[in-house]
Amino acid sequence: MIRIQNVSRRSGDKTILESISLEIQRGEIFTFIGPSGSGKTTILRLIDLLDMPTNGTIIFEDIDTAASNEAVRLSLRRRMAMVFQKPAVLNTTVAGNVAFGLKFRSVERSETDSRVHEALDIVGLLHLADRKAVTLSGGEMQRVAIARALVTRPEVLLLDEPTANLDPVNTDLIEKLILAIHRKFHTTIILSTHDMIQGQRLADRMGVIINGRIAQVGSIHDIFYRPNDKDIARFVGIDTILKGIVESNDGGHARISVSNNILEVITPCKPGTKVELFIRPEEVNLAVKDGELPKTSVRNQIAGKIIKMVPFGPFVRTTIDIGSNLTALVTRRSADELSLSVGTHVIAGIKATAIHVIPDSG
Amino acid sequence: MSEIVSGFFQAINLIVTLNPEVMQIAALSLFISLAATILAAIISIPLGGLIHFHEFRGKRVIIVLIQTLYSVPTVVVGLVLYLLLSRSGPLGIFGLLFTPEGMVLGQTVLIIPIMTGLVIAALGGIDRNISDTLISLGATGFQTIVQIIREARLAILSAVVLGFGRAISEVGVAMMIGGNIRDATRVLTTAIALQTGIGDFPFSIALGIILLLIALVIVILMNLITSGLSVEAQQALGGPRT
Repeated sequence: MIRIQNVSRRSGDKTILESISLEIQRGEIFTFIGPSGSGKTTILRLIDLLDMPTNGTIIFEDIDTAASNEAVRLSLRRRMAMVFQKPAVLNTTVAGNVAFGLKFRSVERSETDSRVHEALDIVGLLHLADRKAVTLSGGEMQRVAIARALVTRPEVLLLDEPTANLDPVNTDLIEKLILAIHRKFHTTIILSTHDMIQGQRLADRMGVIINGRIAQVGSIHDIFYRPNDKDIARFVGIDTILKGIVESNDGGHARISVSNNILEVITPCKPGTKVELFIRPEEVNLAVKDGELPKTSVRNQIAGKIIKMVPFGPFVRTTIDIGSNLTALVTRRSADELSLSVGTHVIAGIKATAIHVIPDSG
Repeated sequence: MSEIVSGFFQAINLIVTLNPEVMQIAALSLFISLAATILAAIISIPLGGLIHFHEFRGKRVIIVLIQTLYSVPTVVVGLVLYLLLSRSGPLGIFGLLFTPEGMVLGQTVLIIPIMTGLVIAALGGIDRNISDTLISLGATGFQTIVQIIREARLAILSAVVLGFGRAISEVGVAMMIGGNIRDATRVLTTAIALQTGIGDFPFSIALGIILLLIALVIVILMNLITSGLSVEAQQALGGPRT
């Protein structure tokens, strides 16, 4: 539906976006994910036709937007709606704010009233319709902004960091609202977030933006378990990145030597290839050395010593020295049961399928 | 001292008995300054919008120039207009010198800079997110501008009120273009200057009190207006009025 073709955006001599190309399908929830300042807002503004790309173009259903005049861009813009990170409300009532999009489209008064009513009902703010919008809380303003976008029945809904300034309760509320809107109207939703867990909760597909470039586009599973490179791996929470050399490969079942250990992995990489191994911390199981080894199909059992333990919510992020550092996420309960502490000798178990291998980029 | 006290009581007497000459002067003052304010507003609001909403070379310079003219001495405006409007001047054929119309013109010219400058500040006080929001909601360029002006309405209104304050309190233009002609162009400020010069203190004090009352009304209006403004807009207008 929306094809972004080789789009770059520069401001002065600063490059904000560089050669972005990707396609967004009708009806999907697509998330741009990346660290703050990576260019997420800029790409959403370009899609909403608020700004022009410096190079490249965005094709909206076969219409080349960069080559179109303002009248065409306005008509396309009217098929979309954007909710900004910091919602700006106009100095009028909540209902008045929600009605703006319809006012600009010269929609009849009675039609406007019923659609405003409907939109406020969806976001659960019907009881505040006559309140001054500037007196609302942050979460309420964000819901007004969403209602204001919804009321125009957009085909594409753009949401820029919709929960960045909200507390967990309001975040949950907004996320549920986004999913409900998607279910009800089948709107194409494009959102940006720096929170990968939120991306996971909401998105069908994700595009990782790092330093103004699309680093990877794919399903949540691809990006979380099969990142293209180290930067993405770190961003999606892969703590352990090991370097190794492929020793042998038997039809995809490879043996890789990693600092005096041999790990079994699944990879097409040929023997002699220098590789990087990505291991998610929650995929690493720990057992106490000399204790009973869990009877599992886990191929890789590596001995090591705990050198660091950091509490992480209900988990403990545990770093083990196996010649290089390996991070495991263990629950507090199992850390207590196994009486893990710094200096404890442990066996780390990792399934062959839980290790993602890419050729070493250096 | 007794002269001041007796002058003050005579002045009160002139006001409460609605002395015809005092009332006539006050009415003419109000009329001229209101007319100038309306004219200036009609010019300044679109002009301020034009400058605010367009990016062009020298925009900063123009804004600085406008701000400089905030404090242009009224006698300088009076002098320039006198030269333009006098019989031998380029606009002499209109015969505006020493007429109320000429005074309206003079005060209009005088307060356009401050009004335009404050309108620009008022529009600048509107969050940039607002215009992005309006555009993304499908507003045309024109709809965006109209809505932003509406959003800044209170700050713009207070710019207009401040313009009126400068118009009604100035002497230079009224004296030089009006000429302080009795029953024709004599206004509060010029009358005070003249009557004080000839020693008619009660009359001057009465007019002074009226002028102060008008100023009081302006301040009350300003406070009513700005209490409805956001903190940012108040700062744009020169600090919060609390």
